[in-house]
Amino acid sequence: MKALTSARTRREVLVGAAGFAAIVALPAGPLLASGSEVDELIKKVAGEKKVAEGRISLDLPNIAENGLVVPLNFDVESPMTAEDHVKAVHIFADGNPNPHVADYTFTPLSPKAAAQLRIRLAKTQTITALAVMSNGEIFSTRKEVKVTIGGCGG
Amino acid sequence: MAAKVTPRVRMPATAKAGEIIEVKTLISHEMESGQRKDASGKIIPRHIINKFTATFNGKEILSADWHPAISANPYQSFSVRATESGLFVFSWFDDDGSVYKSEHQVTVS
Repeated sequence: MKALTSARTRREVLVGAAGFAAIVALPAGPLLASGSEVDELIKKVAGEKKVAEGRISLDLPNIAENGLVVPLNFDVESPMTAEDHVKAVHIFADGNPNPHVADYTFTPLSPKAAAQLRIRLAKTQTITALAVMSNGEIFSTRKEVKVTIGGCGG
Repeated sequence: MAAKVTPRVRMPATAKAGEIIEVKTLISHEMESGQRKDASGKIIPRHIINKFTATFNGKEILSADWHPAISANPYQSFSVRATESGLFVFSWFDDDGSVYKSEHQVTVS
């Protein structure tokens, strides 16, 4: 670990020292997803359509002590009728080796376009949630999560 | 590991017509991400549950595609509506082809 200190910032070393997983993941792991990869994924979902803010709420802790288990809740405002419902919700993480986290598909049989789950985060990063409505409108929201101990590799 | 995979679902057995009920699900699974290395430095191959579906009387309520960023022993909760008495089926699809199912009869009064 000492050999790494010169190449890494103090913060990364501290994070690495706190979690053995992080020290393995940082220098040896595959390239982490970048923001542009998430932009590409968003483009894949949205195509040429405009992505608006709002209607979807994303609930994550500001600080996650353990990146292996981070609670995530999402909820989309929608009447969930056959005419007007949420078709899909996509969750992306820009700092994970694979930016894809989960893709949910809803039908009008779901009373709410909402779910609670637990995810892994490799490091401090921004989570993006995208909601696709039945009329084709797309809404998104973002939230940054500070991760103390990373949740991949090791 | 695969032999030990057990889905657990918590939801009421009875409900009022039209009531929104919360379903809590948990399944024991290591969700090996494909990023970790074993002691000899070899990458441990990915082995996760990649899909979850919930149906009511055979009709899909929701489905989820999961990626390696889902935590081990995936927990998930969501809402369903009890329109009539019927059977809820929850299925988890493993990378190795296994399907784990949990069935719940709900009686609407």
